Amino acid sequence: MEFFHKKTSFPFMATRKVWYSLSIVLMLVAFGSFIVRGLNFAIDFTGGISVEANFPKQVDVEVVRKAVIAAGFHEAQVSRIGTTRDVGIGLQSTGQTAEQIRPIFTNALTKVDPAVRITSLEVVGPQVGDELRYSAIVSLAVTLFLIAIYIILRFHTWRLSLGAILAVMHDPILVLGVFSITQTKFDLAVVAAILAVIGYSLNDTVIVFDRIRENFEKNRRLPPAETLDNAVNQTLSRTIMTKVTTSIVVVSLLLLGGEALRGFSEALLIGIVAGTYSSIWISSAIALSCGLKAEHVFPPVHKDPVDMLP
Amino acid sequence: MLAYARWKYILVSLVLLFALLFALPNVFGDDRALQVARKDRAPVTAEQLAQVEKVFKDGGAQYKSIQIEGGNVVLRFDEDVDQLHARDLARDEKAGISKDYVNAMMYASRAPRWMQAMHLRAMPLGLDLRGGLYLLYEVDIDAAVEQVVQSYEQDFRRVLREENIPVVDINVLKVDSDVDNGLRVLLAAGADLDTVLAAIKKAQPNLECREAVIASGAAVDCIMTPQQVRERRDSAMSANITTLRNRVNALGVSEPIVQRQGLNRIVVQLAGVQNSAEVKDMLGKVATLEYRLEDPRPIPPGGRAPIGAKIYDWYEGGTLRGKAMLKRDIIVTGNQLVNATPSTGQNGPQVEVTLDSAGGDEMLRTTQHNVGKRMGVVFVEIRSETVEVDGKPVTRKIKEERVINLATIQGVFGARFQTTGLTSNEARDLSLLLRGGALSAPISIANEKTITGTLGKENIEKGVKALVIGMTSLFVFMLLYYQLFGVVADLVLLANVVVLTALLSLFGTALTLPGIAGIILTVGMAVDANVLIYERIREELRNGVSPQAAIKAGFEKAFSAIADSNVTTAIAGVVLWVFGTGAIRGFAIVLTLGIGTSMFTALMGSRALLTLLYGGKRKITKLAIG
Repeated sequence: MEFFHKKTSFPFMATRKVWYSLSIVLMLVAFGSFIVRGLNFAIDFTGGISVEANFPKQVDVEVVRKAVIAAGFHEAQVSRIGTTRDVGIGLQSTGQTAEQIRPIFTNALTKVDPAVRITSLEVVGPQVGDELRYSAIVSLAVTLFLIAIYIILRFHTWRLSLGAILAVMHDPILVLGVFSITQTKFDLAVVAAILAVIGYSLNDTVIVFDRIRENFEKNRRLPPAETLDNAVNQTLSRTIMTKVTTSIVVVSLLLLGGEALRGFSEALLIGIVAGTYSSIWISSAIALSCGLKAEHVFPPVHKDPVDMLP
Repeated sequence: MLAYARWKYILVSLVLLFALLFALPNVFGDDRALQVARKDRAPVTAEQLAQVEKVFKDGGAQYKSIQIEGGNVVLRFDEDVDQLHARDLARDEKAGISKDYVNAMMYASRAPRWMQAMHLRAMPLGLDLRGGLYLLYEVDIDAAVEQVVQSYEQDFRRVLREENIPVVDINVLKVDSDVDNGLRVLLAAGADLDTVLAAIKKAQPNLECREAVIASGAAVDCIMTPQQVRERRDSAMSANITTLRNRVNALGVSEPIVQRQGLNRIVVQLAGVQNSAEVKDMLGKVATLEYRLEDPRPIPPGGRAPIGAKIYDWYEGGTLRGKAMLKRDIIVTGNQLVNATPSTGQNGPQVEVTLDSAGGDEMLRTTQHNVGKRMGVVFVEIRSETVEVDGKPVTRKIKEERVINLATIQGVFGARFQTTGLTSNEARDLSLLLRGGALSAPISIANEKTITGTLGKENIEKGVKALVIGMTSLFVFMLLYYQLFGVVADLVLLANVVVLTALLSLFGTALTLPGIAGIILTVGMAVDANVLIYERIREELRNGVSPQAAIKAGFEKAFSAIADSNVTTAIAGVVLWVFGTGAIRGFAIVLTLGIGTSMFTALMGSRALLTLLYGGKRKITKLAIG
């Protein structure tokens, strides 16, 4: 079985202006939505309200959950804490103060057992502190910088380096954009998925670059646009194949993984599509637009007229 | 001809064998459990087990098994309701075991005993998957540095007084630092600089001292180098980490995480722990030390100490040695201890202890009259404990004291002395205990939360099922697409997951949701490496190259692409590992390890298999590569 039995020769580079425009429009939409709608942050980021209640006798968590939902708190997490008679309830912040919420809760829980005692009710801070936000930004910046350096060292030109960095930044922005537009819950798992997306996209891009280097080595005279087209075409089968295999796993997570993994697998899936797109149409094209030529990747060897012998 | 070196086959087989062994404990899963441990940390005897069992039986607890594991009683349950019920019994004063035993709700591995004995462990589930307790402690490391500077100041004053060198004053100062790291000795008029320097050198040989020019006269500045400041901060951190780790271990919680975060923070993560109040009490203990002389009188059989003496349990290296009776008079307490470090002296491993000058004077006076007698170190811990009395929680302070070292005074000594007669492990433990008891810089909880597993049992089961189905479909797809080569790829992928699981289990890295993202990414990249190689082989075949040469060329040509793409991703992994915290770090660890394992399995494992299939001098006319 094979997706492309014949050698393909799609003219990717010739149409690059179209793809640039598409990407710019998508970026603008993503940023626009980001500014206007923002992200629908989950309790990990926003913090919320934590309630602890003590019942005089053993209580069923499901009964409590139903009572809390009936009181209008649809996303409450209910669990046992410590004993069979103590229950903890976590709520996303609703903007109400603890004083406003207390009577609603007392009311809802007395329906379960009139002798219930609310032992604590407090507004809790987000699980994701400034520390995580800060470390995420620092580590992404350092990562991009080091990767840029590595590509310059391995491929001898900043043009490919720039292409890789822009493509890598392109994909997570698209994922964030989709999450903002659809207002899908943005939790810590989505952050992890976005990190994975960066990994995939980078991987893809570098594989195309490797082929570009190889093709330049084989034939330096060929116009750069043609060399790049060839490289993308030659790796196309692999690019698609790898995406299909990974998507198989991700789609099964999306369909069967349940509510908790939805955001995570959605982000991965969007990221995989964006990553494929950017490594086929964007990363190499940017290098070409920056004037990539064979001699950038393989600098001509200058014969030193004076030899090094003493 | 296609060949592969024999040592590479051996290497691949050995790695796989070890990986299978280390990954094996993950197969068994775990039970909800309740651990009941004696408060005096003594191992539970068979009779005590019977007593404990009776309490649970009489209370109507439902459990699968009850037995002694690692010196503690462990009950295993099928349902969380049973676990909670048993725990209610364990801390009920009327039921009768809450006085002598502490309990912790946790998970216990179902792996057979021999595996646990070999320290083969399953990888723990992280807080986000299983819930538990998260504590972030902040250590006042600047106070730790200032403590030392203050003790230097006392030393200087003592030495200068002894040598009759007049000084105006000694000031604490900051030099190129955000913490008090130096001392300025203001000399009286006519003092000889060299004599002062020599005297100071005698008191503190490691400090850098130089003449300072100031308006009001001559002065000497002694500064802790940035290196010394860093060492002091680090030792304060490691002392605190050790103390916390010891306390966490005493809880018997499975797979605790106690790690340094950044410059001055310590994260404690106890996945699966549900009774947070007691755990915090145990961890939030305040510890100190007391040096006391041994009481030479025989220990009375009834266990009641005569006037002026006190009887302690005597532990050394964590094991109970018996009883020790010490005098009530305290020679030196923990806050007079400046440092304790393990080292190797003429008599083997030892702990070098440094006291401040007042402590040194007292120690000198005591040892002058007591050579040949024994001196003990008492470790004192004060913690608050919450118990239930008639259904109401009551908090009370508990003081725990035990002798951690009892040694003969060999000669007269003052501020610096050695404790000898230890094994090197004991020396290390004792110095850590001494530092943990005395030197630990002030520590406070910066953030704490009880996390209920956001995913929950049902969701985890769904996720695992989805992952298994996804992987199986992937395997089938690879088989259809690449035929026999697809089977090789599948085997290699499986090996990759096994090796990665083994590494994570070996390091005890907790598996979190971001970690699962890392595993999926790794599997993706491992498939990718195979795809790259196979596509190259197909290309070579299309160009008319012979099958065996095509395999060889496929591996050779795909190598640079695989290496470059993995190195760039590894850069990202390592940076995220170093700079990241929490979720990001969890992801990065799995990703970085996964890149290593997928490179190994895809390059070496699949080469080995393909050479077995197609290698040697056989005539191969066609490859089953689809």
